[in-house]
Formats: sequence, C-alpha cells, structure tokens
Amino acid sequence: MATLDSVQSDIIRLLGEKIEGDLTLTADTDIVVDTGLDSVSVMDFVFELEDEFSITVPLDRISDVKTVGQLSAAIHGLILEDA
Amino acid sequence: MSIEEKAMAVQKAFGALKALGRDPTRLEFDEVISPTEAKLEGRRTILLGTNNYLGMTFDETCVSAAKAAIDEFGTGTTGSRIANGTYELHKSLERRVADFYGKKCAIVFSTGYSANLGAISSLAQSGDYLLIDADSHASIYDACKLSDAEVIRFRHNNPEDLAKKLARLQDKPGDKVVVTEGIYSMLGDTAPLAEIAAVKKEYGAYLMVDEAHSLGTLGEKGRGLCELEGVEADCDYIVGTFSKSIGTVGGFCVSDHEGVEILRSISRPYMFTASLPPAVIAAAKASFDQMEANPQLRELLWRNARTLYDGLETLGFELGPEVSPVVAIKLPGKEVAVRFWNALIEAGVYTNIAIPPSTPNALSLLRSSISAAHTREQIATALDVFAQVGAELNLIPASKADRRRLAEVQGAMRIVTGTGGAMVRQPISGDLDQAAPKTGGAKG
Repeated sequence: MATLDSVQSDIIRLLGEKIEGDLTLTADTDIVVDTGLDSVSVMDFVFELEDEFSITVPLDRISDVKTVGQLSAAIHGLILEDA
Repeated sequence: MSIEEKAMAVQKAFGALKALGRDPTRLEFDEVISPTEAKLEGRRTILLGTNNYLGMTFDETCVSAAKAAIDEFGTGTTGSRIANGTYELHKSLERRVADFYGKKCAIVFSTGYSANLGAISSLAQSGDYLLIDADSHASIYDACKLSDAEVIRFRHNNPEDLAKKLARLQDKPGDKVVVTEGIYSMLGDTAPLAEIAAVKKEYGAYLMVDEAHSLGTLGEKGRGLCELEGVEADCDYIVGTFSKSIGTVGGFCVSDHEGVEILRSISRPYMFTASLPPAVIAAAKASFDQMEANPQLRELLWRNARTLYDGLETLGFELGPEVSPVVAIKLPGKEVAVRFWNALIEAGVYTNIAIPPSTPNALSLLRSSISAAHTREQIATALDVFAQVGAELNLIPASKADRRRLAEVQGAMRIVTGTGGAMVRQPISGDLDQAAPKTGGAKG
C-alpha cells in the first residue's frame, strides 16, 4: 500500500519532469505560483497522476489544492478509498 | 484581497497583451452590413469570427418573421415563464425543435449557455456523476459547479479514458452522465461519438451531446454529429444554441426521455431568467424552416471551409486537426497571437483570438469561423491578407506568401473543392454560387 510519503515523492518526480529550471520541489511548493505551470497544465498533470496511481480524481477533491503537500494528501486519500 | 486589488491583478495579467493593440473584449463594430461584412474602425471588414455558419442573421424570411412577431406580440415577455407565463410561441418553437430532431421533448432556454447550465446541473444531482471531456466549453464547466453531482474529467476525445473511469464507478450507485460536444469550438475537431456512445451503452450511462457548433453544419439534415455518426438513438440528451447556425439567440435541450420535463420545475437557469422574446422565437422558427428547405447551404459551408483550410495550410500555417467550419491557426505564443489578430483587423479581416487559459493544451490560437454566406472573393481576399500578415510576422515563409503562387493555389482549390464537403457525405450538385444569395443579402 502506498504511503503518503511515497505518493508525495512520486508526485515530486512526475512534476519535476514537467517544469523547467532548477526549482526544488517540496511539500510547500505552490503548484501554480512557484512552478510556472498554468491552471490548464496542472489539470492535465492530474491525468498523469490518475494513470500513475490507477485512480479517478473528482474535481471537487482537488478544487482547493494549492501545494504539492495538499495534492499528495488528496491523491493518497483517493488511493486509500479505492483499496 | 480587495476588489480593487483583484482588478489590479487582472490588469497586470492582461495589461501587457492589451498594450500591443486592441482589447478583444471591447471591440466595437460601427455597422453590420451583412452576415459576412461589417464596418470596423471605419473600414469594411470581412467577418471571419462570428459563428454565423449558414448566414441566417440577414435571411429575409427570418427578418420578416421577427418583425411580424414584434407587431403581434410586442418586444418582450418581461420575465420568466414561471412568473409571466408561456406564450404559444414558446410552445410552437419547442415543438419545432423536437420535430427537427425527431425527439419527444424539447425545452428552450434563453441562451445556449443557460441550456447547458440548466440541463446539466439539473439532470445530474447529488449522488450522481458527471463525466465531462477535458476540453469542454466554459458553460459545461460552470454547469458542473452548479450541480451537486461528482464531476470527473476524461481526456479529450478519448473513449478509452472514459471507459476506464466508468469502469471504476460500476459498483457505485447513482446515474452517470457523460457530456461531450459535437464540434469543439477552439480547434474545430469533432468527438469520436460512435465510440463514446458504445462506451456509454456498455456501462449503462447517459450521454449528453452539445451540438452548439454542429447543429446546421453536420449531418445530411443538419442535426449535427449525432446524425452524422448514426448514433441519435444513443444520445439521451442533445443541447444546442440558436446563436450560431440559427442566427439569433437562445438554447435548447431535446430528448426522448420524458423525464427531461422536470427541468421546467427544478432547473434554476430555466426558471429564474427572462424567457425568449417573440422576435427571437419567430426568427428561430423561420431559421429552422430555411435550414431544412436549403440543404445546399451546408454544401456551400463545407466548400468554403475546405477552401479556407486548404488555403491556410498551403501558406504554411499550422492548423487544427481537421477541415471544419472552425478553422484555427496555432501560433507560437500569446504575444504573436495578439499582434497577428491586430494586424488582420487593420487589413480588414476580423477573426477571434484565443489564448491560455481559455484554450486546450495552453495553445495560442487565431480562430476563424466560416459561413455559407462567404463569397469566393471574400475568402480569396482573406487568404491574401493572412499571407501578407503571416509573412510580415515571420509566421510563414515569404516564398509561400507570394501572391501569384497563392492565386494559383486558389485557382486550383476552386476546382478541387467542387467535389464537395466530406463531412456531409453527399456530392455537391448544381452551381452552388446560385444557391447563396437567399441568406447573404446585404443591409445597405
């Protein structure tokens, strides 16, 4: 079973492949403000997470997400629900 | 953050782009001359961005019907159908739309936006699921916000991704409503509707198709992508608008499910806004009549669409994936899109600019919409302007913009395009130039 830490490190790895520059991603990184990705790109990134973790991410579960840590918690919660 | 601070943030985000030229949200036409021409900043301008696919806005029959309705019923209903009652006109338009689609029920709304808002938010309720294409129009996303259903996106035009998501919901109670569009408004691409309909049947879901840009443009009778793909019986709900091919304003939802009538009692965008005024209803009804009586308009539309698409492709522009009444040029960034759009206006061609975050895949687009009412000369002139401005902005090689070469290409296209529009799947017969004037009459 995936842990919150392992989910977060997977998200950081996948997100790192999408952004340019030397930004170090942490739980506190703001996914839009700090990475330069626009909101549409972030939503498309969610598709990658759905494939990576074999889950479906309803919009309302991520509507308030701003940071990598919050996204990791939301994804981890959905993985647990599907288990 | 205060309202003023929010306004400053928006100004900061878009100020640099607006500084390059006009503000697309504040463009003013001095005069509208015909479905395809207006006066803008004192110049006669070819309209290539108005979604007036069949040129119905100046159709004499529609205009006369609207005038007569004003004389008989007045200028407006002054309120909602709940409060102020339903006119016989509303009922007759609903019967006309239902008959056109061969469906049992039709409900009309005051705009296409409110049709999506009203139908989607009311049909999928708490405990249900809305599965929407990722590239859905803003009205579909807004409808999802108004609904209490759980909202799930699937990858654009990807039936496999949809199937995967429906499979994960299989053991969960609640209705699953899949929402897709006929023609997508930004790139002009069509949905793989036969595959999507097969998926919805496999998983026992409902299917709603927004035919806003495909009503009047696709299918032998103009009923849209559902008709073209032969899946009308599988499309549970069809929504659409009167503001494009029909040439006026308003929206609708049609269905064979009689339960759709609950919208009249629970749909807030139906219940709490003013109903369509008499002139609009009369024009819409006349427009359906004209559309049915003049199928050659669709042939003209597709001939024009292919001419514009092929012409732009020959010039070296990168376009949307398929020939369509919506022809989008992909550009390398927001700034160049703004410069291109402004330069075209200065040269007498009006198009639509679309930039992120309103576009799929963060694309910067210059979007044209073609009409059956465009003349060959207007399209040739527009292509000349695209060539000149495109070369000036280094978007295409100067060699491709050579006017003599373009003229040769346009001449060749006139022969090639005579074979007809593939999307209507029927050969063109007769001289189409003789078929146009009914809807292309100039105002003055």
